[in-house]
Amino acid sequence: MKSKWTTAIAAAAIVFSSYSASAAKTVEAIKSRGELICGVSTGLGGFSLPDSRGKWTGLDVDICKALAAAILGSSYKVKYIPLSTQQRFTALQSGEVDVLSRNTSWSLTRDTALGLNFTAVTYYDGQGFMVPKALEVKSAKELDGATVCIQPGTTSELNLADYFRANSMTFTPVVIESLQELNAAFFAGRCDAYTTDASGLASTRLNDAPKGKSDDYIILPEIISKEPLGPVVRHGDDQFLDIVKWVIFGLVEAEEFGITSSNVREMASSSKNPNIKRLLGTNPGMGRNLGLDEAWIVNAILAVGNYGEIWERNIPPLGLSRGLNKLWSNGGIMYSPPVR
Amino acid sequence: MANAISSFKRTLRIITMNGKEVKAVIFQAAFFFLVAGGAYFLYHNMQVNLERQNIQTGFHYLSLESGFAIGESWISYSPSSSYARAILVGFINTSVVAVLGITLATLIGVFVGVAALSSNWLVSKLTSVYINFLRNLPVLLQIILWYTIVTSPRFLPTVRDFNGENGLEPFLGTIYMTRQGIFMPFFEADIGWLGAAIGLATGIFISIWIRYLSRIRMDKTGQQLPVFWIGTSFILVLPCIGWLLMGAPVGIDYPEMGRFRLSGGATITPEFIAVLFGLTIYASAFIADIVRSGILSVPTGQVEAGRSLGLQEGVIMGRIVLPQALRIIIPPLTSQYLNLTKNSSLAVAVGYPDLVSISNTTLNQTGQAPEAIMIMMIVYLSTSLTTAFFMNWYDKKIQFVER
Ligand SMILES: N[C@@H](CCC(=O)N[C@@H](CS)C(=O)NCC(=O)O)C(=O)O
Repeated sequence: MKSKWTTAIAAAAIVFSSYSASAAKTVEAIKSRGELICGVSTGLGGFSLPDSRGKWTGLDVDICKALAAAILGSSYKVKYIPLSTQQRFTALQSGEVDVLSRNTSWSLTRDTALGLNFTAVTYYDGQGFMVPKALEVKSAKELDGATVCIQPGTTSELNLADYFRANSMTFTPVVIESLQELNAAFFAGRCDAYTTDASGLASTRLNDAPKGKSDDYIILPEIISKEPLGPVVRHGDDQFLDIVKWVIFGLVEAEEFGITSSNVREMASSSKNPNIKRLLGTNPGMGRNLGLDEAWIVNAILAVGNYGEIWERNIPPLGLSRGLNKLWSNGGIMYSPPVR
Repeated sequence: MANAISSFKRTLRIITMNGKEVKAVIFQAAFFFLVAGGAYFLYHNMQVNLERQNIQTGFHYLSLESGFAIGESWISYSPSSSYARAILVGFINTSVVAVLGITLATLIGVFVGVAALSSNWLVSKLTSVYINFLRNLPVLLQIILWYTIVTSPRFLPTVRDFNGENGLEPFLGTIYMTRQGIFMPFFEADIGWLGAAIGLATGIFISIWIRYLSRIRMDKTGQQLPVFWIGTSFILVLPCIGWLLMGAPVGIDYPEMGRFRLSGGATITPEFIAVLFGLTIYASAFIADIVRSGILSVPTGQVEAGRSLGLQEGVIMGRIVLPQALRIIIPPLTSQYLNLTKNSSLAVAVGYPDLVSISNTTLNQTGQAPEAIMIMMIVYLSTSLTTAFFMNWYDKKIQFVER
């Protein structure tokens, strides 16, 4: 089985890889390879999904593209490695991928004991439940005794147990690693409920339910957890951590200033706003601080647009509204520290 | 001076030429240091790598609260139990499918293997299809296929379909076969049923012992005891005594319809069924072929001799052919048993919470990959070695004793 071996091989890589080689700077490795290796999900519409010709799209994919554009000058120089929930951290730890951009929640344990570093939040989410309409369940509080489908190695798995314990309810989990197998089991009626991030639920309901059957399933109103999703890098390479973090902040700041993929060139050459000139490298310095070309964020914006554009392109088709992910100035909590 | 040299030469000769052992020891020592050095290098490398990335190491995590739930368990377990207990739950689940799988695969395998030698054309063709088809279909595929079948709306209803006026009727009034599993009545949790179980185990033990005693007696005196009847009566009577002594409970726990599922009684999950069927049927095809060729290896003269003594075919097979075939069958059979146990790790594909599935989850939640993998390796290795040790002992025991 593929997944079993991936984990074993990745673990073996931790044992065998020579430390002098892998301690080398990630950015240098990416530049000499000419390619960014990005760990994504195995297929979650709106976040990372390959089409029939192997072209990846989604919010998480756009972040990979922005990074490649900022580091290498081209958003096409990315290799996507699909990773299941179980494989993702070992793949990152062992150096199989440079960065994990794959609806992964920031938590203390992951940020510390797993030897990872979270960069910034690209999507503020929370965990919900999906049930067949026929069950006539209106609230998660009515799920006492239910069988719940879930992927292993997720925060969802832990929140689920916490929520039921906190509400003195019981449940039986059905835990399957392959998203495809898990979806098949749920839509065949093996479980009464399905739980994961609300965004994941919306995507699964829309893209993976049997054809024309999406409306037979509803998402319950309760959000039982905080799931700040964002890219993750290995612990121990501060420069690369900074780059990933600031490319994301740069995309958010671009939205704050109204810089889009269509006006970025014009803004770069004619804007009088010193903040914009600094961000876009017209006034040099920021790129140098990051160890990148001064056109770093211009290249990223040209490739995928600002944060708002990325959002609008990928998420509304899932039927989700921007909510918490609106800019702080519009009532959301999406906020970038100053680029200066 | 010349004396000294010649004495030195002699010593050298002893070491190099006559001292084969010395040479061997030197080679062994060199090899040992090479392996130990290599192992140390890898260990050190791992430590440095883990430390550089600030990944936690050590086994203290085993005593922390796991925080995740497990679908089926033979011991009490909840998300507040420790990681160690979660891993134990996984180990027990692995053992249960492995032991059941080995037992069933052996029964089916022997049956099919004997049938493969049938003179009936249809029977021998059917068994040959069974063997060749199932042996060549990857076992992972078979497990997933079974899972798809037992959770498919095409073959089985859901629990909800039994609800209401026009609901389905359970089989025999109490057995519900659904996509969420098979729900059936079971003995109520009561010490009395435990008494019966102890009685049964004792009965089986005593009947085996009596059989053994009667063998010895027959060798000495030539007299035969009606072992079968004595044994059977122990097996039947002792559980009743145990049951009576412990209060003669009559409680049977029936599955009851709840909001989502049936509670009470016993449940067999689709994941368990899929894994058990997949492993058993795959292994049975190999075992059938091993049994078939084992039987073929017994010289036909043995059968003919039996026939000319006027023995029945069943007796010839059971008393003459199979015991001799067994000597050839045991070693390859052992490796099938080991294969089945190891293949049970594929259970993770359909979400049966076996050792691998739970270790993987633990690995992922704690990030302690080397530790989790080490535990898995130790458990599988010791299980395999124990099985192999037992089978080798049995193999020795049944070999011809040459006098
Ligand atoms: N945010 C949670 C859950 C993320 C997650 O992996 N969700 C699943 C279900 S939507 C998923 O994306 N699976 C995709 C895959 O396995 O490829 C976490 O980080 O643990």
